[in-house]
Amino acid sequence: MEKNEAQSAIEINELKHKDKHAFANIVDEHSDKIYRLALKMLGNEQDAEDILQETFIKAFNNIESFEGRSKISTWLYRIAVNESLMLLRKRKGSLIDIDAGIEKDDGEVIPQQIVDWCCLPEKELMSNESRQVINQAINTLSDANRAAFLLRDVEGLSTSEAAEVLDISESALKVRLMRARLQLRETLTHYFSDKMLSVIP
Amino acid sequence: MTHQHETHCQDILGYLNAYIDGELNPELCSLLETHMETCSNCQIVYNTLKKTIEICQMDSERITLPTDARRRLFTSLNLEDHVNPKSK
Repeated sequence: MEKNEAQSAIEINELKHKDKHAFANIVDEHSDKIYRLALKMLGNEQDAEDILQETFIKAFNNIESFEGRSKISTWLYRIAVNESLMLLRKRKGSLIDIDAGIEKDDGEVIPQQIVDWCCLPEKELMSNESRQVINQAINTLSDANRAAFLLRDVEGLSTSEAAEVLDISESALKVRLMRARLQLRETLTHYFSDKMLSVIP
Repeated sequence: MTHQHETHCQDILGYLNAYIDGELNPELCSLLETHMETCSNCQIVYNTLKKTIEICQMDSERITLPTDARRRLFTSLNLEDHVNPKSK
């Protein structure tokens, strides 16, 4: 259940007094979702764990700068996304800005494959193999589009919250989201249309 | 997509995301719904787009922080004394 504003204000005040119990409660409440986001952004558990630790260390050390205008979860997501993007840039051995490659990498995505695979049973859609394909598909999105998709569609943030986390306009968020969704749909359609041939006579 | 309504399908595609997110105005919603009644291609793109989002969510819902990683997290934050089992 979402906390009301008064509860959050008390919590933030306690955090600013470096109250360990209050901080432990925040870690408890948000660690699953920050871990999930980092895991999906980075694709491996060790890196996700590192980012999770780094996120809470930064949050605790910089609690004075948290102004309480946004939710704590939004603020934590923001730290986690920034840390993840920095790690991804390091991996690629490049200091190029995350947005620089977008136009080159992501042209307009036009649906190519028109097969309705929605009728496949859930055990097929959620088999271990399918989940691997889903994760590979998410991994092949550009870093910027992946972050938009994960925040909006997987973590369930509103358009304005996801845009705030990424520090972009709502319209830019929507463009990234659309590209991500269409690209994922294309990859999954390719995979599940083959499955349909083998499952449905 | 038949040639005769190719342009229209392209317009519909531009509205699909807002439609999925419930952010499309009623007039465009009804335009889109009317179009999809007769255009199975757009209907399929809509169905599979929605399903794509749904199964990505379902896949992620299963992810929780492993117990060992949770213990390491609390230790790294000097919160060892607070690492009680989750009360969810």
